[in-house]
Amino acid sequence: MTMARLSRRDGTARQRINRAPSPLLARGLPWLTILLGSLLPGLLLIASAPVLPPFGFLIFVAWRQLRPGLLPIWSGLPLGLFDDLYSGQPFGSAVLLWSIAAIALDLIEARLPWRNFLTEWLVAIGLIVAYIVLSLALANMAGAAVSLPVIVPQIVISVLSYPLVGRVVAMADRFRLTPFMVLR
Amino acid sequence: MAPPANKRSGFSRRAQYSTFFSYTAGVIGAVVGLGLVVVSIASPGAFSGVRGMAADMTEPAGQATATGRAYGKEALAGIGGFFTTRSEHARLERELAEAKVRLVEAQATMAENRRLKRLLDLKEAEPDAVAFARLTSSTSTSTRRFATLGAGRDKGVAEGMPVRSATGLIGRVLEVGASSARVLLITDSESLVPVRRARDGVPAFAQGHGDGTVRVRLINLGINPLKKGDMLVSSGSGGLYRPGTPTAIVTEILRDGAIARVLSNPSDADFVMVEQAWAPEAPPQPASPKTGRE
Repeated sequence: MTMARLSRRDGTARQRINRAPSPLLARGLPWLTILLGSLLPGLLLIASAPVLPPFGFLIFVAWRQLRPGLLPIWSGLPLGLFDDLYSGQPFGSAVLLWSIAAIALDLIEARLPWRNFLTEWLVAIGLIVAYIVLSLALANMAGAAVSLPVIVPQIVISVLSYPLVGRVVAMADRFRLTPFMVLR
Repeated sequence: MAPPANKRSGFSRRAQYSTFFSYTAGVIGAVVGLGLVVVSIASPGAFSGVRGMAADMTEPAGQATATGRAYGKEALAGIGGFFTTRSEHARLERELAEAKVRLVEAQATMAENRRLKRLLDLKEAEPDAVAFARLTSSTSTSTRRFATLGAGRDKGVAEGMPVRSATGLIGRVLEVGASSARVLLITDSESLVPVRRARDGVPAFAQGHGDGTVRVRLINLGINPLKKGDMLVSSGSGGLYRPGTPTAIVTEILRDGAIARVLSNPSDADFVMVEQAWAPEAPPQPASPKTGRE
């Protein structure tokens, strides 16, 4: 099992006797953090303008960038459905945009194999700006009439908070593979 | 960082198939999403049941965070007040002295009002509250402005009821769940509130702008009579919103209207009140109901 290994800084795997990461946590934590990310911004404040970044989407992109392949490419469907329940967008807009984002990210990663902080951030900026603008377009198609300047603060906040979200996801990733005592 | 593990499937049939199927599933997800969007644009109420159930499920968590929000705000206000106590105290004393005078004047006006109303034989229309509840969550990441109310069918909340706080109009109930309801805030761009200037009754519409302000559109074209600082109250035309509810204050004059700030910031409102939907009295029957045929 590769899951029972922890990679050390020099790339070797280390395994401790009687300790193994929980498979449930290792597989389930990404999903759980994204669901929380969709749910929490709404509970944090009663906003009279779109001010908080779409945390669910940011965490989704961060997980896919940190661990490509950990979340299946169709994960935008169930996760987007949950996000749509609470986001206030026309139902289905997150399903559509998250699925497209996952495919786009896969295609970009196939062409840009070497990655660093800056390129990852730039790719994420592209996805985030496109996501927020397209969300606005979908909401306007469904009856709203909001002008583009209203979402500029949200775009700036989202772009700047993405590295922070990435750090939090990296912390969650380390917690995900924490070896626990194995009970037999 | 090194590139991730080679994802080429090579000659393995199994790996090729699994890659193909995962991409197919991704595309199917996008297609399903597109279908859902089309359905929800065609009939906006199609998913209100699912959304209502979801809101009901998170309602306890919402109540807890709403309480936390209220405490946090109080704590911040307390810390802020610590620094401004003296000047605030002096200002309050000054205002109290003024208010005492005003109170006497208001009592006199009220008495006169009562007398005049008795003369006119008008009945006092008391605002009838349906429920008092907290706003538990909102769509703070979307351009749409919805909030979730911690009371639903169990408290007698029904669609179309106006929602207000102590300081002014907040919105109206859009969808009702078992123990929660979805409120369309007046700052949403789909919300349209008939208003009038409190001072002299210049009629206008207040349409949400999506960013915490409303766009005031005058009904009468011509010279724009609005001034900065004008108070707008709901006029009650067309029913739904009770007339006289404070709504917005004009902050910026435009050529054919104004931009106004909403008076009651929903994030400051601890509890909100759900009112009966207001219905204007039916207009009197026309004097000559006979038609020309008889």
